Amino acid sequence: MTKSSFSNIQSEYLALVDHNKCVRCKRCIQNCGWGVYSFGGDRIISDHNKCVACGRCYTYCPEGAISIVKNPTVVRENANWKDGLMKDIWRQSETGGILISGMGTTFKYKKYFDHVLLDACQVTNPSIDPLREPMELRTYLGKKPSKLDIEFDKNDEPILKTKMPPQIELQTPFVFGAMSYGSISLNAQKAMALAARALGIIMNTGEGGLHDDLVPFGKNIIVQVASGRFGVHRDYLNSGIAVEIKIGQGAKPGIGGHLPGEKIGVDISKTRMIPVGTDAISPAPHHDIYSIEDLRQLIFAIKEATDYEKPISVKVAAVHNIAAIVSGIVRAGADIVYIDGYSGGTGAAPNIIKNHVGIPIELALAQVDERLRNEGIRNEASIIAAGSIRSSADAIKAIALGADAVAIGTAALVVMGCHVCGKCNTGNCSWGITTQRPELVRRLDPEVYGEKLYNLISAWSHEIQEVLGAMGVNSIESLRGSRERLRGVELTDTELKVLGIKHAGF
Amino acid sequence: MITIDAVGMHYRELNVLIKEGIKRGIKKFFLENVNGQYYIGDGIKGDDVVITINGVPGNDLGAFMDGPTLIVNNNVQDNIGNTMNAGKILVKGDAGDVVGYGMRGGRIYILGDAGYRIGIHMKGYDEQFPVIIIGGKVGSFFAEYMAGGIIVLLGLNDNNSDEFYGEYFATGMHGGTIYLRKKIDFSKYSKEVELYEADEDDMIFLKKYLIEYSDSFNIPRGQIMGKPFYKIVPSSARPYAHLYTSA
Repeated sequence: MTKSSFSNIQSEYLALVDHNKCVRCKRCIQNCGWGVYSFGGDRIISDHNKCVACGRCYTYCPEGAISIVKNPTVVRENANWKDGLMKDIWRQSETGGILISGMGTTFKYKKYFDHVLLDACQVTNPSIDPLREPMELRTYLGKKPSKLDIEFDKNDEPILKTKMPPQIELQTPFVFGAMSYGSISLNAQKAMALAARALGIIMNTGEGGLHDDLVPFGKNIIVQVASGRFGVHRDYLNSGIAVEIKIGQGAKPGIGGHLPGEKIGVDISKTRMIPVGTDAISPAPHHDIYSIEDLRQLIFAIKEATDYEKPISVKVAAVHNIAAIVSGIVRAGADIVYIDGYSGGTGAAPNIIKNHVGIPIELALAQVDERLRNEGIRNEASIIAAGSIRSSADAIKAIALGADAVAIGTAALVVMGCHVCGKCNTGNCSWGITTQRPELVRRLDPEVYGEKLYNLISAWSHEIQEVLGAMGVNSIESLRGSRERLRGVELTDTELKVLGIKHAGF
Repeated sequence: MITIDAVGMHYRELNVLIKEGIKRGIKKFFLENVNGQYYIGDGIKGDDVVITINGVPGNDLGAFMDGPTLIVNNNVQDNIGNTMNAGKILVKGDAGDVVGYGMRGGRIYILGDAGYRIGIHMKGYDEQFPVIIIGGKVGSFFAEYMAGGIIVLLGLNDNNSDEFYGEYFATGMHGGTIYLRKKIDFSKYSKEVELYEADEDDMIFLKKYLIEYSDSFNIPRGQIMGKPFYKIVPSSARPYAHLYTSA
């Protein structure tokens, strides 16, 4: 069935065309960013080796003539030596390279969100009907004062004397995760910007700078400063609603960014200020941050450059000592800490890091929230949880575990057609998302997908309201860090202890 | 023109005075008795603003700066010109670690020596062209991940010594050019760069910067330009491409 080749690596999928149905419109040839299809004079020919099962071709085939199936050819495997492991060995023995791919880990670690259940009211306390009663999802990100000074005027009306630190107002506790111009296309960023503005939430530039087209969306954008300092300058820092210092990313804790040269065209070269076709390398550390004190120095360098008007966020990957690390970050002056769990996505990361480094966001979040509370500094910074939030249920549970808001990255790309094929690093994305090829980018209509993103976040927000109502609380703030409303199933005593929740039944 | 006595002043107060002065249209500032205040000139704009600093300014001098000129009559500490976009910093002494990190434009001229991590990830595009010139010697990790602009290392202060740079020289360099006034030991190169003798075009190009440098510090021009220069360029725009295989 497959064309034999001299490589041990057989194609993973077969792109099958039903030639009786096919009308030779060649739309598949045009749509496939991978070059699977070509025209053989009288019929479409598939090069199965190139297929990544991204789903673009059959979605746009007008005749339903295309099926993508897993290659039935058996690669002899057993429980210890799986097909994938052997393929990796063959690949590396041919090239000598570090295996690199996009998206989050493909390993099957325990997903704690799926082992946590939510509470609801029954008889002893009333639930609330979210269809009739107000249900507040508005969330403010930023440092909160530990006390409020209030004076009374001559009419005995209270006047707030405390100067509030700068806050980001979110109409619903979602933000779009940091995805740079370069790793994703400008149209993908525009779709998020349009949705963020319509929803009253924010998107994040990632580390690739801010394209001119996105400047008008500044009130809905966090601008990021990473170790490569791509696109970072004074006006950039002042063009968003907040500034984020990226220390780490859930998919690749401890290593820097790597945007392969295939994705560095003229426009990316200009915003990043590096040569065309070069690899955009963000060093593993910021070379001006080797300690918490140095982090403080950069936080205040940015605060000085933005006249103390912008909250400063620090993004870190969830790693072993995360609670102590976040405590240090908060004490360094961060207004927001963005914690990215090990299953978060990426445009490109070595598999060895992606699949084996970091810890789950659920455990990190519970420990961070507890540590900050115990130290009496939980009010000093807001927490954004990410990596990977796949549904409103994950979002609600993350908030009950201690997050102020959650970030979604992969889910937002799935809205745009992403099938999580994990080939973002190649720059061939048929959906026009993780590519810079103009003919592919063009097909991603920012307005169409902006509206779909709006729909998704609206739907998830309504779902959160439903759950809040069932729990008998009328504001998302009442749920935050309220672990008494969570119970665990199929979890060990240690896991329950780390999460700070009881087992179901108690 | 305004003179600010910085004795006992917190950086925040000092910077507010500078920023308000710039807003009022003041072009010349003299800061006296500066003693370790961080962030002087951080994020300020204005191409014709000149700030003269007497005393030793603290870390992050001129961070994110976008146009003004800072003249320091003493040494400076770490991280000057951090992610600077435009403008000029003149240092009539030595500099600490991390000079011009992520610098995207403007010039930093240092009369004396500089520490570790100079010019890391400097970048440039078209008219955005950062220039660092260092009169003395530098420490390790010089020009790591350099992606654009130029760094000139003169090694002026000790003509008899060739030890004017440290370990991990230009590691990961993938853009821009380094010019040296002395030939360096080939075995200490990063694998990603190549050394050539600077040709006539290079020298014509360099001349305006070297003249500006020598005039800034009252060094006779001949003292700098009397010897042949060498240049270091990346051997590939993708020094690490071969390391990766798409899974």
